[in-house]
Order: sequence, then structure tokens, then C-alpha cells
Amino acid sequence: MTGFKQKFVDAAVQAGALALAVAFTSALLKAAGASPLETYRQLISGSVDSFAEFAYVLRGWVPLILATAGVLITFTAGLWNIGVEGQIMLGAVFTTWALRLLQGADLPPAVVLAAGIAAGMIGGALWAALAGALKTYGGVHEIFGGLGLNFVATAISLWLIFGPWKRPGIGSMSGTEPFPETLWMTELASGHVSPWALGLAVAGIGVVALLVRNTGFGLRLKAVGKNPCSSHRLGIPPARYMMWAFILCGLFAGAAGALQVTSVYHRLIPSISSGYGFLGLLVAMLAAYRALWAIPIALFFAAINVGSIQLPIMLQLDSSLSGVLQGALVLFVLMAEGARRRWMRSS
Amino acid sequence: MCGENMLIGLAGVLAATAPLIFAVVGETITERAGVINLSLNGLILLSAMGSFAVAVTTDSLVLGFLAGAGIGAAVALVVAFCSITLRQSQVAVGFVLALLCRDLSYFLGNPFMNRPGPVVPSFRLPHALSIDTVTVLSLAAIVLAWVWFFKTRPGLVLRGLGEQPAAAYVRGVPVNRLRYLYTMLGGAVVGLAGPAYSLSVKAGWRGTISGLDGIGWIALAIVIFGGWNPVRAALGAYLFGILQWLGVALQPALPGVPSQVLQVAPFPVMILTLLFVSIGNAEWVARTISRLPLRGRRFLTRALRSLEARPPASLGVPFEG
Repeated sequence: MTGFKQKFVDAAVQAGALALAVAFTSALLKAAGASPLETYRQLISGSVDSFAEFAYVLRGWVPLILATAGVLITFTAGLWNIGVEGQIMLGAVFTTWALRLLQGADLPPAVVLAAGIAAGMIGGALWAALAGALKTYGGVHEIFGGLGLNFVATAISLWLIFGPWKRPGIGSMSGTEPFPETLWMTELASGHVSPWALGLAVAGIGVVALLVRNTGFGLRLKAVGKNPCSSHRLGIPPARYMMWAFILCGLFAGAAGALQVTSVYHRLIPSISSGYGFLGLLVAMLAAYRALWAIPIALFFAAINVGSIQLPIMLQLDSSLSGVLQGALVLFVLMAEGARRRWMRSS
Repeated sequence: MCGENMLIGLAGVLAATAPLIFAVVGETITERAGVINLSLNGLILLSAMGSFAVAVTTDSLVLGFLAGAGIGAAVALVVAFCSITLRQSQVAVGFVLALLCRDLSYFLGNPFMNRPGPVVPSFRLPHALSIDTVTVLSLAAIVLAWVWFFKTRPGLVLRGLGEQPAAAYVRGVPVNRLRYLYTMLGGAVVGLAGPAYSLSVKAGWRGTISGLDGIGWIALAIVIFGGWNPVRAALGAYLFGILQWLGVALQPALPGVPSQVLQVAPFPVMILTLLFVSIGNAEWVARTISRLPLRGRRFLTRALRSLEARPPASLGVPFEG
């Protein structure tokens, strides 16, 4: 009976947090002179009204869930991989590099695309390994090493776009020259989303769910995350496992970047990561670091991102409202969780 | 003549770095008390937008700066409440706030986009130099923080909060209440960085293209580089300012390099310096040094020590009083 009651209390606390986040956002909307109900209606109808719009949501879900899958691994090892943003960018850079190299060769497009995605995954993993080496062998906290590397990744992609890979004539913020359509990943009938990309994303989050919960490697990773000192005494070298966590996360982040190039933009653009890395960290936190919960949450986040695009036109509101709603949700859930532990369990 | 140009350039760096100085000094105060406020990137944007909005509507620079400090203290209060009272991860709460406050500033700042607003005036000095009140205040903040930390009794207690809160508690110090106080004080000082941008260095509010996104993350890295000492942190900030100024100044000499690349050039340097000040903390370094002959060992240990930045022992650790 107590177990059931506990579950009920937990659910009530979560619902309370959601209500608070919505109340907070509604108050902001009121302050900005907009009708909250009308805005929420617009957010939802902007993302699910037609199949085409829902395809846009799925297109955003792919990089978001891949980034989330990656950071779930580093979170398991007790690491705050803020560098995931740069790892996505390096993935995109490596994919662009591979496609540029192979597009002239006499190879079937499928092979070129596969090689491009593989290159992107390797690029992400290399960038992550750099943050990992700074952490484990250089004593630089992963948050600051990662942030610094994010800025360097931005510099690298800007340099490539304005320098060696610039469009014929003059380089611009709109990115490199688009790849020929033969190198675009096939899309569903109505366009916008590639079934291959969707398949990769589903496989990615599935692999991470299994890896963390059902393997010895996942268990040892958890041990390192909970207590590196005692896992060292138990014969699990924390440095090696942290490096593996970074590299695996980099593979997923790199795949996200690779798919942004091959199935969304078909070229390298300066903001290729579109903040999906940071958003993935939020999704992982809101899902309480459980892979299966991350799937619907990432879908919801992707939906309000798409729904908010029309806000400036329809309601003269800034589209950053989606970020406000996402951040408020995570903040209030964190607070509710803390309040529950502090005041409900002890009584 | 060249020397004079140099002097004007350096005075320009001094003024342009003033916001960053507020950010690093404020965060140093907070972290010395044992709390990490990771929300800086969003906090600075929100206080830049809020103080600009207040200054435009009231036509008062002073109220603008007060609003900036107030917003900083309010965001810091959320960090303190979540970490001290609710015992949630400081890193998690700070990171969420960094994103939330950034989007909040873009959302609420929309009506104030590109509006003309008041700008802090600067005074003429001899030799074509000029200085403004914000720069003077930023210099004063460095000195005040240093004196408070190392020359006063409350400053000793402050350092105790971050190093040995249990010992401070036994001696009758209300640890968590003081941590609240210093987190909010530090947040208020960081909050001054906002108006220092939007009312002086980069006057105005231009939403996502204000060019302020990222500053908070840099400030957090500089605090570590500064080894939690306000003077060393300020030197780090000025070094960063000089590197950015050189990036702009060297532009004509390097036509092949796009300007966007030179603007981010200080970051690799930043990572390298972080590596240098942190590598002494790594275990394998200690092990390697212990294998060296005695004379070389002493020299290397001393060299690393002088560079090393050691965080307050209880930084980020909650205290149950």
C-alpha cells in the first residue's frame, strides 16, 4: 500500500511541477500582452496540424534524440558533457569533408552517404576524446574543457565556410555549396524527413537504453559515475571508463551532426548544431536520465520548437518562447524533486 | 607616437573588459563561499536586457544599473534556493538557468529591440585618453574584493565557508545563511556586467545578435584561471580582452583569415591556460614527478605550484547545518 501511495505522491509532485511551469509561462505571456490559451493552441497546431508539419517535428527529433542518447552515456559516468554541442559540429564538418572528397568518385550514392555518416561519427568521437583527455589526463573540468572546445569547433566550421570550402565567388553565412541531389538522403513521400535518419535515431536510443541498463559495461560505467574512488579500488579504472563514455557520446553526437548535413541542410552551415546538444542535456535531465522516457520528451521538445516558428507571424511573439517553456519545465521539475525529497520523505 | 597609440589601445581594452571584470569578480565571490553559479551566460543576457529596458523607460542610468544588479541577485537567489535549501545539483540548476534566462531575455526583450537608449558618458583625460564611470567602478570592484577576501575578518569567514564550512559552523558561523548572502551578492556584482554592456560597452539591445551570448561561459573559465583570487582573475580577463583587441587590430595584416575566426582566437589560448593551471591536479603528473631525481622534482613541483589553481575545498558541496 505504501508503495502505491508513494507512486501517487511522486506523480502528483511531477504534475504540480508541470502546472507551475505552465503557470510561469502563462504569466510571462500575459505580461507580454498575449493570450496564453491562444499561444498554446498555436504552438500545438503549428506542429501537428498536417503530416508535413509533423514530418518537420520528426526531423528535429532525430538530432535531439541522438544528442540525448550520447549525453545519457556521459551522465551515467557522472560527466557533464557540455561539449556535446561542439561534437555535433565536428561530426558535421567531418561528414562534409568526406562527401566533398567522395562526391567526384565513381561510387554509388548510398556508399558515399554511408562513408560520410561514418566519418561524422568518427569526427564527433575524436572531439569528445579531446574533452575526455583534457578531463582525465589534464585535470581540466569537462564543463570548461567542453565549453572551450565548443568555441573552437565554431571557429573551425566558420573558417572552413569562409576559407577553404567557400562558395565559388565569396563565402557567406549561408554555408558551403549544397551537395548534388543524388547525395541527399531519401525522404518520405511528403518530404522533410528521411526514414533512414529516423531509423538511425531509433536504433541509437535503443542501443543506449540497452547499454546502460542491461550490460556489464553499463553497470561499471554507473559505478564510476557514482563513486570513482571506490570503483578504482574494485578494479574498474575510472579514467578509462570516462574516456569510453566520452568517445561513445561523441559517436552519437557526430551522427547527429552527420544527419544534419546529409538529410536536413545538404551542406555545412555555421549554426549546424542548432543548439540540439544543449537541448539534449535538458531532455536527459527532464527524463531523469532514463533512455525510454527521453523518447516522448524529445518529441515534445521538437514539437514546440516547430510550433514556435510561426509565433512571430501569427502573434507577434518571439520564437524563443519554446526555449522559455522547455527551461521552465526542467527547472520546476528539479525544484519539485528537491522539495519532495526535503519535505515529504523526512516526515 | 606609437607608444601613445598603444596607450589608447590599452585604455580601450580596460574599458571594453569592464563588464567581464564584474562577471569574474562576482563569480569569484560566489565560488569562494562554496557555491557555483553556472547560470552566468543567461544571467548576464537577462540583466543586460532588463537594465536596458529600465533605463529606456525611466531615462535613468542609475536605475538601469540597479536593475541589472537586482536581476543578478534574483537569479542567484534561485540558484541558492535550489542548491542550499532543496539540495539539487548546483551544476544542473545553473545550466538550466543559463538556457532559460537567455531565452527569457530574447522573449521579453523583443519590444526593446533596436531602440535608442541612454549611454554612460566618458570623461576626457590628457593625451587623447578617456575614461568612464563604469571602468572606474570595475577597477574598484577588483580592489574591494581583494581587500575584503584577504584583509578583513568577514572575508576570512567567507573563505572558511568555501574551505571548511564544518569548522566555521562549529565556531558559530551561520554557514547556509551566509552562503545565501554571498551567492546573492556575487550574483548582483555579476549582474552589473549586463548594464555595463547594454548601457556602455555595447550600448543598446539587439536580441540574438547583441553578441553577448557566450560571455558568461568565458567568465566562468576565467574564474578558474584566476585561481579564485580576484586580482588574478581580473588579470585573466584583461589578457582575454587584449587577445580580442589584437584579433581586431591584426585583421588588416592577415587578410586571408576571416574576421569570425580571429574573434574566437582567444578560446584555444584559454583552453591551453586552463590545462596549464589544472594539470598539477592530475594524478599521473604527481606520479611521474615522484619518479624524477630530487632536484628536478623540486623545481617542477614548485613551477606547477606557482601556476596551479586550487578550488575552494568545499566548492559545490552542500552543507548540512
